[in-house]
Amino acid sequence: MRFIINGQSVERALDARTSLLDLLRDHLHLTGTKKGCNQGACGACTVLVEGERINACLALAVQYQERPITTIEGLGEEVALHPLQRAFIEHDGFQCGYCTPGQICSAVGMMAEAGRGVPSAVTADLDGDSVDLTHDELRERMSGNLCRCGAHNGIIEAIQAAMAPAPAQAAPVKEDAR
Amino acid sequence: MSLIRDAIDAVRRLVPEALPGALPSEAPPDPLIDARRVIGTPLSRVDGPLKVAGKARFAAEVPLDGLVYAALRYSAVARGRIAVLDTAAAEAAPGVLLVMTHRNAPRLSPPPLMMADPRGAAASSLPVMQDATIRWNGEPVALVVAATQEQAEHAASLIRIDYEAEAAALSFDAAKPHAAPPGDILGEPTTIKVGDAEAAVAGAAFRVDRIYRTPRHNHCAIEPHAVTVAWEGDSLTIHDATQMVHLTRSTMAAVFGIAEEQVRVLSPFVGGGFGNKAVWNHHVLAAAAARMVNRPVRLALSREGVFRATGGRTLTEQRVALGAKADGTLAGLIHSGVTGITSHNQCPEQFSFPARHLYAADSFLITQSAVELDMVANTFMRAPGESIGTFALESAIDELAETMGLDPVELRRRLEPERDPTSGLAFSSRHLVEAYRRGAERFGWDRRNPTPRARRDGDWLIGQGVATATYPYYRMPGGEARIRLRADGHAVVQMAAHEMGMGTATVQAQQAAERLGLPVERVTFEYGDSALPRGTLAGGSSQSASIAAAVAAAQAVLVEQLLRLAGNDSPLAGLKPAEVEARDGGLCYRDDPRRCESYASILRRAGQDELVAEAAAPPPAETQAYSMHSYGAQFCELRVNAVTGETRVTRWVGSFNTGRILNPKTAASQFRGGIIMGLGLALTEETLFDERTGRIMNPSLADYHVPVHLDVPEIDVIWNDIPDPHSPLGLHGIGEIGITGVGAAVANAVHNATGIRVRELPITLDKLL
Repeated sequence: MRFIINGQSVERALDARTSLLDLLRDHLHLTGTKKGCNQGACGACTVLVEGERINACLALAVQYQERPITTIEGLGEEVALHPLQRAFIEHDGFQCGYCTPGQICSAVGMMAEAGRGVPSAVTADLDGDSVDLTHDELRERMSGNLCRCGAHNGIIEAIQAAMAPAPAQAAPVKEDAR
Repeated sequence: MSLIRDAIDAVRRLVPEALPGALPSEAPPDPLIDARRVIGTPLSRVDGPLKVAGKARFAAEVPLDGLVYAALRYSAVARGRIAVLDTAAAEAAPGVLLVMTHRNAPRLSPPPLMMADPRGAAASSLPVMQDATIRWNGEPVALVVAATQEQAEHAASLIRIDYEAEAAALSFDAAKPHAAPPGDILGEPTTIKVGDAEAAVAGAAFRVDRIYRTPRHNHCAIEPHAVTVAWEGDSLTIHDATQMVHLTRSTMAAVFGIAEEQVRVLSPFVGGGFGNKAVWNHHVLAAAAARMVNRPVRLALSREGVFRATGGRTLTEQRVALGAKADGTLAGLIHSGVTGITSHNQCPEQFSFPARHLYAADSFLITQSAVELDMVANTFMRAPGESIGTFALESAIDELAETMGLDPVELRRRLEPERDPTSGLAFSSRHLVEAYRRGAERFGWDRRNPTPRARRDGDWLIGQGVATATYPYYRMPGGEARIRLRADGHAVVQMAAHEMGMGTATVQAQQAAERLGLPVERVTFEYGDSALPRGTLAGGSSQSASIAAAVAAAQAVLVEQLLRLAGNDSPLAGLKPAEVEARDGGLCYRDDPRRCESYASILRRAGQDELVAEAAAPPPAETQAYSMHSYGAQFCELRVNAVTGETRVTRWVGSFNTGRILNPKTAASQFRGGIIMGLGLALTEETLFDERTGRIMNPSLADYHVPVHLDVPEIDVIWNDIPDPHSPLGLHGIGEIGITGVGAAVANAVHNATGIRVRELPITLDKLL
């Protein structure tokens, strides 16, 4: 079977029962994607397939041949982190770090969903072209990613910070406007 | 005999020799008690880049050549014997290398029990897979090793097992009449009796006498337990997720009958512990299987396996009776009750601890007893005892305040003791009233409407509640640290401590940098490996104090070595250790800051690349001289839907007194983390135990409800930051205090919102309709 993971093509002969999660962790040693429950309840295994977030534990690898898959390793490396990864560090959006890759991948997919106008359970306007990611929207949309250390506040702050325009790109603030 | 009792005895033996003629209370404060160069700065986690990039390698992620995978089968009855065991189909399944049951498992010694044996890390002392006897529903009865995880799990499902079930003790209510006091409660007396509290309560002007119930809980760390093990001859390497690397080493050595030096335990990252990551059956089974197949083995528990083969917090039934005089002081305080334990563990769930230290009263009756049930060993879970003990006690205080028509904060102020009310010891550092004052101001408590069901916004009833948080200060004996000071001015500080998300890697580098007078960038803290100097367990919020004391001891040795090495050509010539301080990358004369020499200069002149100093921490004498606890005030605002009974917490202020804070960024996360786990305890969490079968019925994160993002409001945490003059660096550990008081603050706010007093956790919708 041929897979496209983080822009690279890999081939593996696999047991048809192998989940996408076990392919990543056990066969490709991409262990950034975590196994927290193996039944779609915790979100630790969240990866992006064609930009959409899925639980890799509920996906059979065989279904995802030839489709671009992005894992945390493909989002950014330690020396060249994705802005969301940097924001998680700055806002202490994790403690033990086990749910973190899933939270970050989920947040990337979540922001894209909101940009496409996909409503959530707390969205008032179901017909909008895009969704304003309020505090409640963010919390609702990230509720599929469990965190037991209790980094929830930091996670939401990190996502808000990553969504905000970077200070360098923001319009210069005039002295008298402060 | 518990570890804590051992520690107390060790202190009593050692202190007179260590400090002839001196009481521990006369020990001078740590000279760094007010240092704020590195300590107190909001440093981001040093392991952050690894964790956010997915490169932090956890126990189930260590690659080894020839690695094979294990899966477990769990018993389906609570008590009895395996009558039929047919493994033929499993053995014939593709990829299978081994089916291990009690019939072919190697003969092994029972694991030494945590808190009972000084070597022990095991949460249960039962022998592991040594006979056909079943002792709890969910006990591992077979293990399969195969080339892949899929093959192992499939083969495990093919094993046929029938049981001869026997009558089991499963009903808490049925067992209660037979409840008996344990020998001690973590080294403390089971019962404290001062005066006649029953008579005092009965005769008091204002009385509250209530029963509170709390259910079983599970830790639910997002990383399930896992080990990757490998034998080389008679030497065993365990890549583990553990809160106690050295105790795991000694436990496994005892089980396999080998020397401790033949076992190495590595645990650089732990994906959450909360008390649960001790030695359970899977450690022993994986190592036994690896020996049988002569290959490295990985055994990662499934989420269901975590619920079946590792225990959680036990259930309690507690009575709190308060009798108050007209002036608002207490004539009598009673806190008693029963917990469920097993015959094979030592974890009494010390719910009665908070009442021993919190309030002044003329008389006390504090006692707890336990019943033995046939269940997986219950174990320590974040603030064991204090989390649920404060639910009962602090709910009762709120009920008393209501009975008396007093503000609950004011009532607590009137009950504030001058000394520890049951031990008579002086408090080392309390400042609870100050925490209440600051918290109330931040929260706007003075604007609260004390009348229940008086504030409403549409269908939502709004309420506010408050409760006290409290957790003891512990420092574990036996910790050792090593400092490797290099000529390039970098220091590596080593101790086999644990990083489960508390911030150990970051904060311990900070405090060591402060101690050594180095920039934090030039200090590395190495931990999580039994090859390093002996670490103490990460539990009881003790680790930071334990490490700080060991590092201080090692630094004192280092200073002696440096002065000896510096010799007569140094500006430090002739100075004694007490006359110098570490500063600016070297040592300086305290009375003349111009007399300095850098570490680099001292080492270069001596022609040394490195200087190594190692020392053990002194015994925790401070805990014998003082009543040492952390305190806090938890303020909650919530909404209860008048139609559905749904409770949503909307606002939270936690105001704490926990000595000084080493890193405000990671500390805030620890406080918040505790509070959030407390929200689960208050509103959603309950391990459902079927009392007919002993089966846990919700062994999944879909059915055991931990708080999710939408359940968590913005949580405001503040702290007094007043150093405790009697602890290393003036600090208290803060991993557990956050969860304490939360259940009561929520319950009290629910009462304020609805007029309904819920005395049984969790506060689910059905209890509010």
